[in-house]
Amino acid sequence: MTHELLGDGRYADFGGMYVPETLVPALREVEDAFTRAWQDAAFRECLDGLLRDYVGRPTAVTEAKNLSDRLGVRVLLKREDLNHTGSHKINNTIGQALLCERMGKERVIAETGAGQHGVATATAAALFGLDCTVFMGEEDVARQALNVVRMRLLGAEVVPVTSGSRTLKDATNEALRDWVATVESTHYIIGSVVGPHPYPAMVRELQRVISVEARAQCEALGCLPDVVIACVGGGSNAIGVFAEFLGTGARLVGCEAGGLGLESGRHGASISRGVPGILHGARTMLLQDENGQVLEAHSISAGLDYPGVGPQHAALARSGAAEYVTVTDSEAIDGFRLLAETEGIIPALETAHAVAALAALAPTLDPGTTVLLCVSGRGDKDVDTLARALGLDTAGSGSPEDY
Amino acid sequence: MGRLHEVLGARKAAGEKSLVVYLTGGLPDVPTTTRLIEAVAAAGADAVELGIPFSDPIMDGPVIQAASQRALDAGVTPAGVLQAVMPVSDVLPVGFMTYANLVHHAGWERFAHEAAAAGLCAAIVPDLPLEEATPWLDAARTAGLDTVLLVAPTTPPERIRRIAAETSGFLYAVGVLGVTGVREQLARTAVELAARACELTEVPVLVGVGVGTPEQAAEVCRVADGVVIGSAVVRRVLDAETPDAAVESVAGFVRAVRAAMDEPA
Repeated sequence: MTHELLGDGRYADFGGMYVPETLVPALREVEDAFTRAWQDAAFRECLDGLLRDYVGRPTAVTEAKNLSDRLGVRVLLKREDLNHTGSHKINNTIGQALLCERMGKERVIAETGAGQHGVATATAAALFGLDCTVFMGEEDVARQALNVVRMRLLGAEVVPVTSGSRTLKDATNEALRDWVATVESTHYIIGSVVGPHPYPAMVRELQRVISVEARAQCEALGCLPDVVIACVGGGSNAIGVFAEFLGTGARLVGCEAGGLGLESGRHGASISRGVPGILHGARTMLLQDENGQVLEAHSISAGLDYPGVGPQHAALARSGAAEYVTVTDSEAIDGFRLLAETEGIIPALETAHAVAALAALAPTLDPGTTVLLCVSGRGDKDVDTLARALGLDTAGSGSPEDY
Repeated sequence: MGRLHEVLGARKAAGEKSLVVYLTGGLPDVPTTTRLIEAVAAAGADAVELGIPFSDPIMDGPVIQAASQRALDAGVTPAGVLQAVMPVSDVLPVGFMTYANLVHHAGWERFAHEAAAAGLCAAIVPDLPLEEATPWLDAARTAGLDTVLLVAPTTPPERIRRIAAETSGFLYAVGVLGVTGVREQLARTAVELAARACELTEVPVLVGVGVGTPEQAAEVCRVADGVVIGSAVVRRVLDAETPDAAVESVAGFVRAVRAAMDEPA
């Protein structure tokens, strides 16, 4: 039943399918293929097997004792950083690559910001023997060089995008342009709960595994979380961890990139500071100027550096079913250090936004509160950025006061 | 139905081919855009599709992307582009082409009203497929604007029929799988789609995207009711060193296209 699984692509008055006519039949094909696949026991078995034996699911829920002591609330970490390739992104790419194979297409394309989705797509493409092209803004190619090498080692072509702000927004434009030209042989693996219908719903269903597992794991620990918290760029790890807790009474908190501060105008806080607009196929909250030109987002974290947000998040914010806060670059660095130092977990800078938001929120929570925080990915990719931000020397000599 | 519908419908009824020329609004500046509209009219264009630059033009290839970026960098605004039309609005039908966000941001009704008040008579919004077009179509009809809808090589026949029933002015057949830009050869998809669409509708069918030379325009016109030429024109504006040179170069090119289209096959 199409309409039960994926819905009609409308989330209040957000969402939709604002794409060139060329792509409409392809979107209908993806919607139809995914709906059928999801009802096909063989497909589900194959996907579950891959998630278990290849990705390494279920991922752990870690009782973060030291962080709990520090913050005065019970903190449980859903460890998506432990997935193969180091983030939640692979939950989606394995599912879509399997779908691609089922649709008989032999090439996949993807956009990537931090490179995590690009790596996850390149990985799935290698596994399934698919050709793979990843579009990445030139600025992100520079600041996420490690992931560029990983993608190339996996056999993917990485295309640096030089138009516009040279980040995720422009990489997505270029991926859409490629798809318009290659749609008959190519499947576009969108990396988040953004884009035209059916992507926001399909990616949500592929990321739902996060909260399906987490809910059972929490129940095994004898509790359900009072607060569920996650970072939001496009918002796929957040939707994944929210999905099974919607309507349970849990307080759902999404953390957007506050960048250099909301007043600076240099941030990625589409829900907090955007207005409704249309980008990349969906009506959603969008950072734009007084004429409707889309603004460049800014975040220290390449994965949150996006002027839009998944349409379902826009709707959840409007209805109050979830709340959205912002975390600045420097607060995120504090969050990064907090998790690293208390728990021995180096999180992605994206995740660090959620840690920082939790640290800010904790003093307002009752001591008995249980918080589930989604560790969306690991932070190896961000070590250079952190080293620069903190003035640490990566050449091995350390700063003078270390001696 | 608006003026674009009348003009192109009359040409089709008379067995004549229609030439629509795309210009990027505000390139190199608004006054030159007005001159370019006048010049392409004199050179034989039947209508102008005036691009309103948008930050994220996903249906456009490198030439129109560069043109849009240059115009935006020079501070061009949607209101500024619309201002280019009034002095020449009697000369030939002018429609705007832009992306949904600019129209949505202003408000469907308000944008339709302002475009009509500025002397425009039609609209093309390539990221508003049938599924999303209703609010705009209602606003455009109220303001008296035609809305040109697109069909692509991937559009099934039944859907072509539905789109043709909603379009006004003409039916825009996207000639290739891909974004705007000149191709060395006319794609087979252009001719096939035009032939298929012409069988399914009485509305004039014009082929655009991937039609960039007088020869290609003539070839398309053997099956279609006309062509839309964009990147090949905009390339000439981008390459010109002065506004005068841009006007001269574009006019010469449009004359050549017109002549090739009108040559008896």
